[in-house]
Amino acid sequence: MDVLYAVFIAPFVDMATAPIFFAEVIIGGLIAGVMYSLVALGFVLIFKASGVFNFAQGVLALFAGLTLVGLMEFMGQTSTQQLPWYLIALAIIGTAAVMVALAFAIERIVLRPLVNQEQIILFMSTIGLALFLEGFGDVLWGSDVKALDIGIPDASFEWGGILLNQFDLVAAATAAVLVAVLAVFFQKTRVGRALRAVADDHQAALSVGIPLKSIWVIVWSVAGIVAMVAGIMWGAKSGVQFSLSLIALKALPVLILGGFTSVPGAIVGGLIIGVGEKIAEIYWGPLIGGAIENWFAYMLAMVFLLFRPQGLFGEKIIERV
Amino acid sequence: MTMAEAGGNGADVLLDVANISLSFGGVKAIRGVSFDVQKGEIRAIIGPNGAGKTSMLNCINGFYHPQEGTITYKGRTRKQMRPHEAAAQGIARTFQNVALFKGMSTLDNLMTGRLLKMKGNFFLEALHLGPAKKQELAHREFVEGVIDFLEIQTIRKTPVGRLPYGLQKRVELGRALAAEPELLLLDEPMAGMNVEEKEDMSRFIIDVNEEFGTTIALIEHDMGVVMDISDRVVVLDHGEKIADGTPDEVGKNQDVIDAYLGVSHD
Repeated sequence: MDVLYAVFIAPFVDMATAPIFFAEVIIGGLIAGVMYSLVALGFVLIFKASGVFNFAQGVLALFAGLTLVGLMEFMGQTSTQQLPWYLIALAIIGTAAVMVALAFAIERIVLRPLVNQEQIILFMSTIGLALFLEGFGDVLWGSDVKALDIGIPDASFEWGGILLNQFDLVAAATAAVLVAVLAVFFQKTRVGRALRAVADDHQAALSVGIPLKSIWVIVWSVAGIVAMVAGIMWGAKSGVQFSLSLIALKALPVLILGGFTSVPGAIVGGLIIGVGEKIAEIYWGPLIGGAIENWFAYMLAMVFLLFRPQGLFGEKIIERV
Repeated sequence: MTMAEAGGNGADVLLDVANISLSFGGVKAIRGVSFDVQKGEIRAIIGPNGAGKTSMLNCINGFYHPQEGTITYKGRTRKQMRPHEAAAQGIARTFQNVALFKGMSTLDNLMTGRLLKMKGNFFLEALHLGPAKKQELAHREFVEGVIDFLEIQTIRKTPVGRLPYGLQKRVELGRALAAEPELLLLDEPMAGMNVEEKEDMSRFIIDVNEEFGTTIALIEHDMGVVMDISDRVVVLDHGEKIADGTPDEVGKNQDVIDAYLGVSHD
């Protein structure tokens, strides 16, 4: 009985008796979830437009973070000297330009020679890309952990008794804007329709005159810029380091939850995972000695695979026999 | 053969392929094939399996790049086409194994087929404002016309992946028509259809040709259909051209009969 009480009753009693703490847990989860969403979003974009599962998405975030830190150091940023905002903005624009250039290079060197190949081959090529970018970033910018300060104060304040962090709020707002823009881009524009067409059928897309090459450059550029935002947000919180490329792993359960082809799915999936693992950690974690946070997402993903393999928002796969 | 020769020096040749050879590694798919397509005609390409018919269409719209020969389209001679360029120049096509955008509705498939006709400001489109909206409506109207023409009004909003095969073929034709093509390439438009569906499709092909004046080059296995609807027929076998002429001439040609009945070639 004690066990049942501890599992099914006590956590909810805790939530109800300390609502402000509960709210803080949820907000903490949402903030973490926004980060997961951003990384997952990059996956979804590339998967939608080329059917490629891009293993290098996490490394793209790392590479963008490294590039930004490198550019800011080049402009004179030191641990004591804060750059003026316009130079920071310039560095961010410069990083975005690097990501676009990278997209051109990836299309030319990796994707173009592999047109019409099996998906598994394209997937393998993104593993190669991940390894290369990791090494390349290392050679270019060095391998030590770097602090990234983009001038948004990391200050906490109280609002209605709930402790909030200014940086987290800015990060969440940025992500929200990014997502809204992308949703409109995909649904409403000519280029968006072309992107969806390429995702569905390469040959048919070619035959109606969609230039595959430019579509790939566009989609990898967008994914690179999404990765940059994720890299900046994550890097600013916990430093730009090589473990950043591992956040890609956390995006996997998010994708399974939300569906590989759904932009809103990536967002909602990320938020569910973020909130879910925080709540599980704090209210159920102590029962089995903690550290639920690390595997909770994967377990949730497994349950989803059993009951709803296409995810919450994914397109149901119709196979004709 | 007389018709073909007459076509060769006519002023209204839309497409002229000359001495096309295509090989994949050591396999020769097409060997030195030449023929032309005149403006406004229905031109059939027939032949047994593996004769190189689809490869030929793929050369014309730029999916394959032949090693030898030239392709003259609308008076411009090229060594090879590119898919994007072919589409921009008014060549639309359908595929042997239906290649549709399966996740999209019928309407979206047709609108995507019209993509090249659409121009405009990206940001206006995103906001759905002003000229962009007007343009979208104009294109929508054209596409609705195609939908009416093909009698697929009832499946306008259905994701095409859920449609039966015969209807998918019809949607695919619709997507090609949405681009207002000058040259329409149809790869086995009636494969896998029942008699009734075949009759419908034949009617659509003839109507497209007569009402819009679209030039059509099609691959088809059903001899009855080919003889009925096409103006001229070119016959391929093992990558070579073995006959070219009116359906009557081709039907009487001994090489063609041999190729179809599988008489040994020595």
